[in-house]
Amino acid sequence: MTSPAPNSFRTGPDDTGHFGIFGGRFVAETLMPNILELEEAYATARKDPSYAAELDDFLEHYVGRPSPLYFAERLTEHLGGAKIYMKRDELNHTGAHKINNVMGQILLARRMGKSRIIAETGAGQHGVATATACARFGLECIVYMGATDVERQAPNVFRMKLLGAEVVPVTSGRSTLKDAMNEALRDWVSNVENTFYCIGTVAGPHPYPAMVRDFQSIIGEETKRQMQAREGRLPDSLVAAIGGGSNAMGLFHPFLDDKSVEIYGVEAAGKGVTTHEHAASITGGRPGVLHGNRTYLLMDDDGQIEEAHSISAGLDYPGIGPEHSWLHDVGRVNYISATDDEALEAFKLCCKLEGIIPALEPSHALAKVIELASKKPKDHLMVMNMCGRGDKDIFTVAHHLGVKL
Amino acid sequence: MSSDTRIEKRFADLKQQGRAALVTFITAGDPDYDTSLAILRALPGAGADVIELGMPFTDPMADGPAIQASSLRALHAGQNMIKTLRMVTEFRAQDDTTPIVLMGYYNPIYIYGVEHFLDDAKKAGVDGLIVVDLPPEEDHELCIPALDAGLNFIRLATPTTDDKRLPKVLTNTSGFVYYVSVTGITGSKAPDISRVTEAVGRIKRHTDLPVAVGFGVKTAEQAAGIAAGADGVVVGSAIVSTVLASLGKDGKATDKTVSSVTALVNDLAAGVRKGSSKA
Repeated sequence: MTSPAPNSFRTGPDDTGHFGIFGGRFVAETLMPNILELEEAYATARKDPSYAAELDDFLEHYVGRPSPLYFAERLTEHLGGAKIYMKRDELNHTGAHKINNVMGQILLARRMGKSRIIAETGAGQHGVATATACARFGLECIVYMGATDVERQAPNVFRMKLLGAEVVPVTSGRSTLKDAMNEALRDWVSNVENTFYCIGTVAGPHPYPAMVRDFQSIIGEETKRQMQAREGRLPDSLVAAIGGGSNAMGLFHPFLDDKSVEIYGVEAAGKGVTTHEHAASITGGRPGVLHGNRTYLLMDDDGQIEEAHSISAGLDYPGIGPEHSWLHDVGRVNYISATDDEALEAFKLCCKLEGIIPALEPSHALAKVIELASKKPKDHLMVMNMCGRGDKDIFTVAHHLGVKL
Repeated sequence: MSSDTRIEKRFADLKQQGRAALVTFITAGDPDYDTSLAILRALPGAGADVIELGMPFTDPMADGPAIQASSLRALHAGQNMIKTLRMVTEFRAQDDTTPIVLMGYYNPIYIYGVEHFLDDAKKAGVDGLIVVDLPPEEDHELCIPALDAGLNFIRLATPTTDDKRLPKVLTNTSGFVYYVSVTGITGSKAPDISRVTEAVGRIKRHTDLPVAVGFGVKTAEQAAGIAAGADGVVVGSAIVSTVLASLGKDGKATDKTVSSVTALVNDLAAGVRKGSSKA
């Protein structure tokens, strides 16, 4: 499927929430008034300088932005090719990029007078970020999490509870992130009056994909300024990991119209894209409709959604944000994939060479940096998004390395 | 309007008889193809006036635990869209009057191919469609092509559909309007009868279409209460829960599966008749 290349890659979505054929508002009628209300509230807030000022203030003093753009000197020397920079979003409060979006949405929820916040979470990073912001503003917080993930991610469950959130283990379907999102949607349908659904990625019905992208775009905007200050020019390539795709979209979006910048999105190939155990929706899926939007999905020939697999719980989702699907179809972004094993190797290398324990999500991006950087000349500037820190993953990594903690 | 569909004829007939319709929902292929077909064939005799046949989907976002579980039972037993359409064909060979509405989510239809699906559904003897995740904002996807193909497209109106939005929801709706009596998922809290009657009145100020009420109706008594103020009563979760309760320890159908469903439907039909006569 190919669409003609547009004049700008940054104008979407259209008025009906579509990026080409992707996106849209595929939700039950009960939710439509809420979604239209949210769209209007967000459009109003965007034009209000006091909203931007409030958000900027929290991002600076509570989240800790801007995050550094760090020259990974030893990794660069080790690979002997491109000059590698890391955008250090793992240094944010709560340890990942998720909080950028959560602050924007929670401030919006307050303006809308919503007192009850619901969220879905896989690895727990978005859940922790949401619980954090709700604690800060004294809002009720309910986090839906697949029962399987509740078990796998016990430290994050405890964190959310310390922060005052109620964590609801989801046992419907197959008890993972996709089912947590179904359950959050069911809650929203049942509590439309007072409830704000804080979605953690660039997916869901319009306006979520565009709104979450806008909140995460601070990653790319800072990177552009910081690279200008460090090197006096644009980077030559960007690399980021993709589950739903919010950290990647945040880094990519400000650069989409800079034609000289090569862009790589790295999906989770699990045990390999030729097996049934992966989470690479673009590489191994096809367009379908789920969770309010049309996008690339993993499914069978009957349109039944298939379970994703990845060593990283944060990438373990059978879909991807609709704007990524569009950027794939128009050919602006290259979508590639990294296996569990490749991500683990990259994880270990980063710990040893850079003194940074990366989350397993950006470890997938690192795996492809290792592959790409060595083929590039030394004056090639490559930026990877270090979107989360790996403390939460040490148990998983130990398990895979056969170490008992 | 072109020639009347079975749905339109059925509601017109019942209006003349002065009673509401009992609309029953079952999931196609639950708990297995043969049992499900036997239930489907027994429904009209038990008192069902209109049948909603669920197209199972892995991710039924607007459904409660009962229908979620019923969808998964059907999928585990190997149900798919081809078999669901075949089930309608087999039903039609014996019953040419009871309307069948396919109900479900868009993805399995989208993957089957919209045109191909509409052709095959029409040929099988399907009369209408309810697709939960297609609001009027996405009408060009399936609603308009379905209407062009001569199928009814039945839309859900909810307590959150206010007077401003109602005309948008009713445009392109045909056959009947499905009023969701609670802001919630299927099989949730029981509806408040007086509020439902008021809401049906509000919808009827905007349309001449029959209004059927569902979500949360479980007993003959509730059905009677709803029937007094609406053109139809939809029961789903209670029926698929009865299927579940009839299964053996191995999760397979027993000799009680079909009979326990028909017993419940008999009871509900009596309730609807009793409620309608009070109106």
